[in-house]
Amino acid sequence: MSSEIKKVEGITKESTQEMIDKALEVYPEKAKKKRAPHLAPNDGVSACVKSNRKTVPGVMSARGCAYAGAKGVVWGPIRDMVHVSHGPVGCGWYSWGTRRNLMTGINGVNQFAMQFTSDFQEKDIVYGGDKKLKQLLVEAHELFPLAKGISVLSECPVGLIGDDINSVAKQSAKELDLPIIPCNCEGFRGVSQSLGHHISNDTIRDHIIGTREFAEPETPYDIALIGDYNIGGDVWSVKPLLEEIGLNVKAVWTGDGELEKIAATHKVKLNIIHCYRSMNYMCRVMEEKYGIPWLEFNFFGPTKIRESLRAIAGRFDDRIKENVERVIAKYDPLMQAVIDEYRPRLEGKKVMLYVGGLRPRHTVNAYADLGMVVVGSGYEFAHGDDYERTSVEMPEATVIYDDASEYELEEFVNTLRPDLVGSGIKEKYLFQKMGVPFRQMHSWDYSGPYHAYNGFPIFARDVDMAVNSPTWKLVKSPF
Amino acid sequence: MSADAAVKYVTEIPEDEVKRVAEWINTEEYKEKNFARQALVINPPHACQPLGAELAAHGFEGTLPFVHGSQGCASYYRSTLNRHFREPAPAVSDSMTEDGAVFGGQNNLHEALENAYTMYKPKMMAIFTSCMPEIIGDDLTAFIKNAKNKECVPADFPLPFANTPSFNGSHIHGYDAMLLSILQTLTEGKQVEGRCTGKLNLIPGFDANTGNYREYKRILKEFGIPYTLLADISETFDSPLDGTYRTYPGGTSLDEAADSVNGKATLTLGPYATAKTFTWIKDNFSGKHVSLPIPFGVVKTDALLLKLSELFGKPVPESLKAERGRAVDAITDAHQYIHGKKFALYGDPDYLMGYVSFLLEVGARPYHILCSKGTKKVEKELQALLDSSQDGKDGKIYINKDLWHMRSLLMTDPVDAMIGDTHGKFAARDANIPLFRFGFPNFDRVNLHRYPLVGYQGVINMMTTICNKFIEVRDETCEERYFEMMR
Repeated sequence: MSSEIKKVEGITKESTQEMIDKALEVYPEKAKKKRAPHLAPNDGVSACVKSNRKTVPGVMSARGCAYAGAKGVVWGPIRDMVHVSHGPVGCGWYSWGTRRNLMTGINGVNQFAMQFTSDFQEKDIVYGGDKKLKQLLVEAHELFPLAKGISVLSECPVGLIGDDINSVAKQSAKELDLPIIPCNCEGFRGVSQSLGHHISNDTIRDHIIGTREFAEPETPYDIALIGDYNIGGDVWSVKPLLEEIGLNVKAVWTGDGELEKIAATHKVKLNIIHCYRSMNYMCRVMEEKYGIPWLEFNFFGPTKIRESLRAIAGRFDDRIKENVERVIAKYDPLMQAVIDEYRPRLEGKKVMLYVGGLRPRHTVNAYADLGMVVVGSGYEFAHGDDYERTSVEMPEATVIYDDASEYELEEFVNTLRPDLVGSGIKEKYLFQKMGVPFRQMHSWDYSGPYHAYNGFPIFARDVDMAVNSPTWKLVKSPF
Repeated sequence: MSADAAVKYVTEIPEDEVKRVAEWINTEEYKEKNFARQALVINPPHACQPLGAELAAHGFEGTLPFVHGSQGCASYYRSTLNRHFREPAPAVSDSMTEDGAVFGGQNNLHEALENAYTMYKPKMMAIFTSCMPEIIGDDLTAFIKNAKNKECVPADFPLPFANTPSFNGSHIHGYDAMLLSILQTLTEGKQVEGRCTGKLNLIPGFDANTGNYREYKRILKEFGIPYTLLADISETFDSPLDGTYRTYPGGTSLDEAADSVNGKATLTLGPYATAKTFTWIKDNFSGKHVSLPIPFGVVKTDALLLKLSELFGKPVPESLKAERGRAVDAITDAHQYIHGKKFALYGDPDYLMGYVSFLLEVGARPYHILCSKGTKKVEKELQALLDSSQDGKDGKIYINKDLWHMRSLLMTDPVDAMIGDTHGKFAARDANIPLFRFGFPNFDRVNLHRYPLVGYQGVINMMTTICNKFIEVRDETCEERYFEMMR
């Protein structure tokens, strides 16, 4: 439980600070001063590190950019829109199919998980890209007539050469009678992906929300699932569970999402949000503007799923409350069987996490369900409110790191010798070369879903597979 | 009430409408509309310049690739290399943000150089640019000079730099620009009158198959020819798992690279990916300068061996002669499974040339040949290859088209298989044909980069992969009564 203070044998405030100080030794003075406030032993009550600051140049950060946050996270998963990477070819190419936000539908017909780009050339930089944009919107509409809208996602050059995508979008939207959403998410804006999330939320606020309504009559059980991106099919695990307890999931933001349903979300009775970091902005907007309450929840591991289901039920009548108890009673033994199978092989194993903006706190208890303890955690692009929420989940005095450099992570892993590291593709092979088991925790390492009751058995299997693979026994050669 | 009338409801697309469009996108009519596109590019199979620059940088000893620009760019390049090789790809950026756009990137560059030099202890940092500094017009020559004056790094520390604007060319051009700058930097003042290293400088070009590099080295060892590979990524991206992480596990030694200017001969096997570098080498390196196509297939491998024999005055070793015989044996044994099969091909120019000549020599038909970033020269050379064989007569070349064009081609004028990279898998699935991932990148099959495509061994590997797949398809799809023991 989050309320009791957890301790890890051998980890004290002093030992953690010593480890941090050692990691900082390598930095030149100025960089050391900048990095030091981003690393701290967990104090259990507050955001103990500084966050959402500029990355120190040259330190090998894992961070991405605002465009990545807009295209990869918020917009990309909306399945029935054409998402145009506006600018040179690279950004769209790198973010093409590399996030695993799965989609229903037929590719190129009513689902558009593809790479659309204006492919800027030198002449577009010199003369501007607005004309090209106008033309490509016409072409996209003609070739993909079932697309419900088009997003225009700016890459760095667009903002630097002074193009006006907003006026092009406005005019073209009128001419094509189609929602065309300009998103000024140039990669140089802000300090990480996070600003891209925020800018995208703002464009949803300015261009989409409230422009549609659901055709069927409202019910007291209408909700929206916010901040689930359907990584490896997460939404397809979560949505049926919410329906099983009697709720109507009217819209999903934005995993396997549909534009018009997102546009009608102002008509739901409750927003429940998984990834707080990337979508709390629109929850607040809908609360202020439409009076829709919102609730954070956590669907990683049976303990948190149980807590979350009850919290969700708390917002509804007895019918839902009874359904939730029934559902918990149905799944508890199934989850216990998973725990009985894997826990003996994982008991006491140590985990270190370094992910984006949610999972470093949200998965802590799922590991605990398997008998594992998280001994270090941190985020690429979290803010102070994320770290507040993290401190209560993490054991006392364990190390918390913000925008960690690869060097720091290496130092911490060398000192703590965790049995598993959960982080991203850029970190994966580094730690595997060190002989440390690893799972990608952005993409579920090409597995999933990990959310909800259907996800936990897969999560447990994957963790066990990583930690206990016989290949690790072969790392040390006999000669 | 009038407000109510204006309410727009959530609509569902009727199923028969989805069905209609799904059929329509496979038609000749759609193909025409698709090919009429002027502005929109859909599923282009090439990346931007800096990615290639990073690959070149990783090919040198102790070298830290350094992105001057936004940090997100660096993360994108690194992830791409991580996914393709399933290996670490350490690189830094100087994290330019809005204020960089206003004041220029010099402060970021200087701070990053000092930090990265201190933390990651490189022997060289290879600097290349992403969009932002290219657009605001950062003067890298001046910035780097100032960095050394300020002692961000020692005065003699090598800092090659390349302008690699993403709105020009593709990853192969970034590879070329970075390699050129690295060689210019390292060889400066190293040419010694009358000195000859006796070595071959071999330049593979933009090649993300580590097996190919090992194959070149093996061939040269068989010959007994001393060599310097420029740039050698084979250890960087195929390093052992033994419990120790090494930031710089391999790469061409900087001293050797510096001495390459005094080489006996320099040979590029990636003419399109090293055009500028090779032009410069011709004017600046001692010894002979030769450009050959990447040795895919028997004939181009023969040409390589003959050239090596000629340059170094050594006969082709018996071991390689025997290997040639085994390769010819392998393709003859398997030819019946590939003969007459039509192929769709796409990729970088050097690889594309290789696919075409390999297929023609085993009796297959290169049919749709697409280069998403090509020139008239590429088209002309491809056409000449097609013209060299009866099997090439109905092959058609598409320059500066993308994989959405390719999809239209596959659906209206079907082929038996496609050769390319992972990005073609959607079109291949729609067309119900196998996709061979010989190109870059491969995100969805394991260990392929360890299997060489060049040389006689490459001939055997490509032939085996392709023919066995055709046999497998037959086994999986044939009627029960035609399912038999032998194939």
